[in-house]
Parts: sequence; structure tokens; C-alpha cells
Amino acid sequence: MKFTEEHEWLRVEGDLVVVGITEHASEQLGDVVFVELPAEGTEVVKDDEVAVIESVKAASDILAPVDGEIVEVNSMLEDSPGKVNEDPTGDAWFFKMKVADLSVLDDMMDEAAYKAFIG
Amino acid sequence: MAEDLNCTVLYDLHLSLGAKMVPFAGYEMPVQYPLGVMKEHLHCRAGAGLFDVSHMGQVLLRPISGDVADAARALETLVPVSILALAEGRQRYALFTNDAGGIIDDLMVANRGDHLFLVVNAACKAGDIAHMRKHLSDVCQIEEITGRALLALQGPAAETALAAIAPGVAAMKFMDVAVIASGFGELWVSRSGYTGEDGYEVSVPEDRAEAFARELLAQDAVEPIGLGARDSLRLEAGLCLYGNDIDTTTSPVEAALEWAVQKVRRTGGDRAGGFPGADRILQEFETGATRRRVGLLPDGRAPMRAGTPLFASAEGGEAIGAVTSGAFGPSIEAPMSMGYVSVAQSATGTTIYGEVRGKRLPATVADMPFRASTYKR
Repeated sequence: MKFTEEHEWLRVEGDLVVVGITEHASEQLGDVVFVELPAEGTEVVKDDEVAVIESVKAASDILAPVDGEIVEVNSMLEDSPGKVNEDPTGDAWFFKMKVADLSVLDDMMDEAAYKAFIG
Repeated sequence: MAEDLNCTVLYDLHLSLGAKMVPFAGYEMPVQYPLGVMKEHLHCRAGAGLFDVSHMGQVLLRPISGDVADAARALETLVPVSILALAEGRQRYALFTNDAGGIIDDLMVANRGDHLFLVVNAACKAGDIAHMRKHLSDVCQIEEITGRALLALQGPAAETALAAIAPGVAAMKFMDVAVIASGFGELWVSRSGYTGEDGYEVSVPEDRAEAFARELLAQDAVEPIGLGARDSLRLEAGLCLYGNDIDTTTSPVEAALEWAVQKVRRTGGDRAGGFPGADRILQEFETGATRRRVGLLPDGRAPMRAGTPLFASAEGGEAIGAVTSGAFGPSIEAPMSMGYVSVAQSATGTTIYGEVRGKRLPATVADMPFRASTYKR
């Protein structure tokens, strides 16, 4: 699993990249009450605002971690946003992306580096 | 802790309970404990929640004459509320108004026999006290209480939990006040609060406050609750947060607080007018205001937060108002907001639109409270 400074995780699954938010991020956000997901088929560029997550505290944007196409979204989160707090790195993935070149993940933080990053 | 922030006498207790502290109204206050905002909210509605509200101002108005009616009559020159009719041992909600008919602060006033006891908002207390000293000093001594903490215990288990310490509180009704001797010194108790739940606010001597709080928290039914859940609880109950939902630019009629202005202070009443802004406020009782505070239930799940502009239609047109408070309601399991809209759109059931992230989303004007209150009347 790879991590971004925006507190997203990326997991390669076949030729797709699965994206979610980290446990640390879900703890910082507090109870999640609303998730808005992008349309499947959307072409995105790194750092595009692709999804919105609202907690009891505030709204936050989820940024595209890499260039690519959103091929599948986890629509379960729209009905059960609280899943993001219960299982942020498992069932509560946000979307799956088709990425032209998976080597862009190579430079991202691994788990040890992310743990150091969040202190 | 930042140098310019005050802390309450329960600061160390909050830290030991694992609170996340934030600046609020000049104080460092707990926004949440490890339970988290959502579970704290639900716990308060199912058991009992303990809140530190010691940042709020506690003020005594002592009539120089010794007759509490003189203090009541004097205070009536600053609030559009009947204080003279407030019986001994009773409390009521009041508003300080300004000459333009806006609201300087909202507060609670209790008649304690030979004096009045006021609880005012933290952010306004210095201004409120200066305002009273300026206008009431000929008739009253104005005494700010600094040696007492203020705690709120709210929820269906509040009566049992507090009665374990002070049995006398069980017989009190909503908005009763009493001074009760206890193992934690003299408690100033009111059966009130700001969550829509039955419960109490208790003023306790500062040197006994932590022990008092720990005694309550030792009971299984009692959990500490932070400002985060306090906000969603009061919003579900349809209660205004001063500075968000009411301020110096909103009149009592615009704010849908007509119920706080008793008939005796309105046109035709025996003590009509005689408070700041009476011309405008009494006029609005006759003709209505041009905008009104309403409840809003978004049709979807997206919360409409404070500042969200509101529109009469899905496309085009000027904004008809804005949201002043908005959050997810854990007990109603839906987002909820309150805000001001033109009177033309203020009827219950009207569909209006809130602009969230550039999209106009439908919401329905709804009666408040969003969740029925459970006061013990």
C-alpha cells in the first residue's frame, strides 16, 4: 500500500489503483456523515477535486492522487458514510482508477514513511 | 496553551479525560472527548451528558432597595421580557436588545427571592456587564460571579444522576431554580439546559467543581460531552446560537423569538415598550418582518452549513437568505439547518435551494425543533 501527503492510500489491484483515506485521516475528520463520489468514467488529473467528504466538523475535498480515469466508485459510502470511520482502509475505499503508468506509485510513501510523516 | 486564552477550573479534568481542546469565546474548551461527536450526541439523548459551561457569565443583580421587584423593573428597561411576572424560584429566557432592535445577547434570568441571577454568553459577558453597569447601577448592584464553575447535566438519566448527590432536584420542574446544600457546597441549580433534553445547569463553588464533576462521571449513565455535540444537540432542538443565528443585526421578530416577548411588553400591554429598539420591535409585531429565521431540512444527505446561500428557485434569481447554522443531526439521522429567508419563502413545507459547492440542492422549510424536546414541565 502507498500513501500520499493528502492522507490517501493507494492499493494496486490488477491493472487498477484503489483509493481511500487513511485511518489517521478518518480519525482527524471525526464522524463522517456524507460522501459525494465522482461519476464513473471521469478523466482526472492529479490534484483534481474528485470527491467530497463531510464529517460532523467540516467538509473536505478528496484529490485525485494520480492522473487517470475513475472506473468504479464505492456507492455504498453514499448510504453508509460512517463506514469511512469503521473500516477506512478496507470496505470504505472511495474509487478505483485506471492509470496509464503504475510506476508513478513508486515514488510515493510506503507505510513506514507515512507513519513517520504523520508523526 | 496560548497565552491569550482563558481556561475553566475543569481544564485539567478535560485533559485527563482525553478531550481535544479548541479556542472558543476566548476560552480553551473541549470540543470532543474520545467517544467522538456523534456518539456523545446520542449518549446525551439516551443517558446523561455532562458539559462544562463555566465560560459563560454568571451575574447577580441585587436591588439596592432590597425589593427584587425594583431589580426586575430596572432589567425590563434592557429586555423586551416580563421580569416582574417571574415568580420566585423561576427562570426565563431573555434578550438584551439594542436601539436598532437587534439582539446584543440572549440570556437566562432567574428570580431568587431577593435578587436576580443571570447567565449570559461567554463571548458577550464583558459587554453585557458593562451595559448593565451603565444602565442599572442606580437601582442594582451588579456582581459578576467569578468563584463558581457552571456545569450542565442533560438527558433522560440526568435526574437520577444529580439526585444521587442532591435529592431535592428530582422535584424541580422545567425552568425551576433552587439553591441546594450538598457535599460539594452550595449548588445553584436550574432545571434547564440547551440540548432539548430534560436536565439541569448547576453552579458549583470552583474549589469543589472537579470533585463534583468526577462524582457525576463515576456513574455509568454519565459521559462528558464537548462543544461539538453541544452544537448538534441545540440545533436539533431548534435553539439559537448567539453570534450565528442571532446577533446585533437580527430583531426578535426576524429571529422567530416572539414567544420570548410576553404580551405585557407588547403594544396594548400594561408595560408595553420601554426597552431598547421598542419602536422597531413592536412595529414588527404588527406588520411582520421582511425576513424570518426558519428550520431547513435538505432533501439529500449533504449538510448545508453556515453561510450557504439560499435561493427561491433551482436556477437564477438573487439569494433570498443564508444558512446560519447547519450540521448533521445524529438523532434525526439527517442533515438540518437553520437560517434566514424572505418571508415569502418562510412557510413550512416551502421548497428552497441551498448552493453547496456550486450546485443548488433542494431543501424544505421545516418546523423546529427538528426533534421533539423532552423538558419536564
